[in-house]
Amino acid sequence: MTVLLSTRGLSKHFSGLHAVENVDFDLPAGQIRALIGPNGAGKTTFVGMLCGRITPSAGAVIFDGQDISHLPAHRRIRLGMAYTFQITSVFPGLSVAENVALAARPHLRGEAEVAAAVQDALDRVGLGGRTGQVAGDLSYGHQRLLEIAMGIAQAPRLLILDEPTQGLSDGEIAAFKALIRDLSATTTILLIEHNMSVVMETADMVTVMNFGAILAEGRPEEIRADPAVQAAYLGTDADAGT
Amino acid sequence: MISRSLALHGGLIALLCVLQFVLPAYHHGNLARIMVLATYAGAYNIMFGYTGLLSLGHALFFAAGMYGMGLAMQHGGLSPAPAMAVGLLAGLAVSAVLGVLALRTAGVAFMIVTLMFAQAGYLAILYFGNWTRGDEGFVIQQAERALAGIDLSDPTNRYFAALVLFALGMGLTLRLVRSRFGRVLVAIRENEERTRMLGYDVFAHKLGAVILSGTLSAVAGAAYGLLFGYVGATFGAVQYSIFPLLWVLLGGAGTVIGPFLGTLFMFYLIDLSSGITSAYMLVAGVALVLLTLFAPQGLAGEIRARLWRWLP
Ligand SMILES: Nc1ncnc2c1ncn2[C@@H]1O[C@H](COP(=O)(O)OP(=O)(O)OP(=O)(O)O)[C@@H](O)[C@H]1O
Ligand SMILES: [Mg+2]
Repeated sequence: MTVLLSTRGLSKHFSGLHAVENVDFDLPAGQIRALIGPNGAGKTTFVGMLCGRITPSAGAVIFDGQDISHLPAHRRIRLGMAYTFQITSVFPGLSVAENVALAARPHLRGEAEVAAAVQDALDRVGLGGRTGQVAGDLSYGHQRLLEIAMGIAQAPRLLILDEPTQGLSDGEIAAFKALIRDLSATTTILLIEHNMSVVMETADMVTVMNFGAILAEGRPEEIRADPAVQAAYLGTDADAGT
Repeated sequence: MISRSLALHGGLIALLCVLQFVLPAYHHGNLARIMVLATYAGAYNIMFGYTGLLSLGHALFFAAGMYGMGLAMQHGGLSPAPAMAVGLLAGLAVSAVLGVLALRTAGVAFMIVTLMFAQAGYLAILYFGNWTRGDEGFVIQQAERALAGIDLSDPTNRYFAALVLFALGMGLTLRLVRSRFGRVLVAIRENEERTRMLGYDVFAHKLGAVILSGTLSAVAGAAYGLLFGYVGATFGAVQYSIFPLLWVLLGGAGTVIGPFLGTLFMFYLIDLSSGITSAYMLVAGVALVLLTLFAPQGLAGEIRARLWRWLP
């Protein structure tokens, strides 16, 4: 199995706070990997260093065999990464369709292809009927879905989703699980997720972070049974949502 | 959508064309001035309205074009066409340098840096008084103001020259807002971080906006000097950096037609109120306050919000 992304000794210190400390991480191509851990474990900081939003204090990021540690964020995205924000970050004054079109354009030539990609991405998240609406007028849950559609429209090789199901209804979460399995046919997925049912039902492998370091890594059942993980994260309601 | 926009903007050009034949001489002259200044405002709008970059130093570009043109004629002995090209190139060079330096900052710091650069430009005009004749400025003689055999000091020719410039500027902006490049500028205005994380080189796009805006401002400045025959330091002073901001705010930032409406409105507001009272700036100020209270998005911005959602 080829490794699509790896990190070596990746660290980030915020004035003394070791948000991420010396992380070695490997993600094989084609996998759905869940990244879990308690609040403040360093998950967002870690993926921020993968896509170039955050400059590491030390360490290297290797994508598709190429050391991309020195590349600015926009160049990494062009190599085939997509990142959806934990805190919803759309273009509030633009239409839903234009939000997604902006995501699709760097990868497509003609506006007709862009329009087709936009419609496809919006259909897949269930926003196909809202293309003309102003993004800022959408409900919070729909803005989360728009954020996912933007990630899909980038047709990335690696899709990083930071807590995509936060604020979604039960029905939308069920649809999201199906969507993720569907997407994994064409893209590698790194999914930060607090909802355990989503993790258990979609992930091939789970990485657990705690205090900026990797605590455990394994198949979902193994992780659920791991006492160290239960102590750190799952706590007593290990079976919640399953 | 495209045809409606074509009808509106093409209709405005046609109307301005017809007005040339019906307006009395006084308003005719005013409108020629307004069209050149509206081109300047439109250039400002590319940066402020579409990209979200608030500059307080655009007089630097306007004056770069005006002095590039004027000095090339006065001291270089060039004829108007190549002198206009010198004005354009001066704007291009100045905006590229300013862009590279000022875009390292953002927000209030960007405003201050652009203001400082423009102030330095203004002082340079005064300092090199041997060439620029400082505060006094210099007149471009009527005999020299002929472009391809057309006497630009003649009111009718001047009007049409201003109209051509205005139409070109507006056409350029209309193309820009529909282009991929222009759409990225709007995205940067709306959410810079998100734009970067979609794979766009934000710095390069902003720099492109500054150069486009600065160069078009310089062309407007050069045309103003050539058409009205005077090159002076006032055009590099701080009020000429504030004017385009006011015009665009009044007319509607981020609309193609707004800068023209704002310039027209402000020009006549000052013109009419100065006929009534010597405290005309007070009248203008009150009108500005009322507009910001009741039409915060500017004239065209309110029209877009209430009536015509398609307005580019
Ligand atoms: N810009 C910053 N400056 C200072 N400290 C920061 C900064 N960003 C994150 N931190 C700190 O780094 C630690 C890791 O934060 P991070 O956001 O990566 O956690 P997380 O695992 O994503 O948490 P959550 O599940 O709540 O999203 C936290 O203690 C956080 O307060
Ligand atoms: Mg987080």
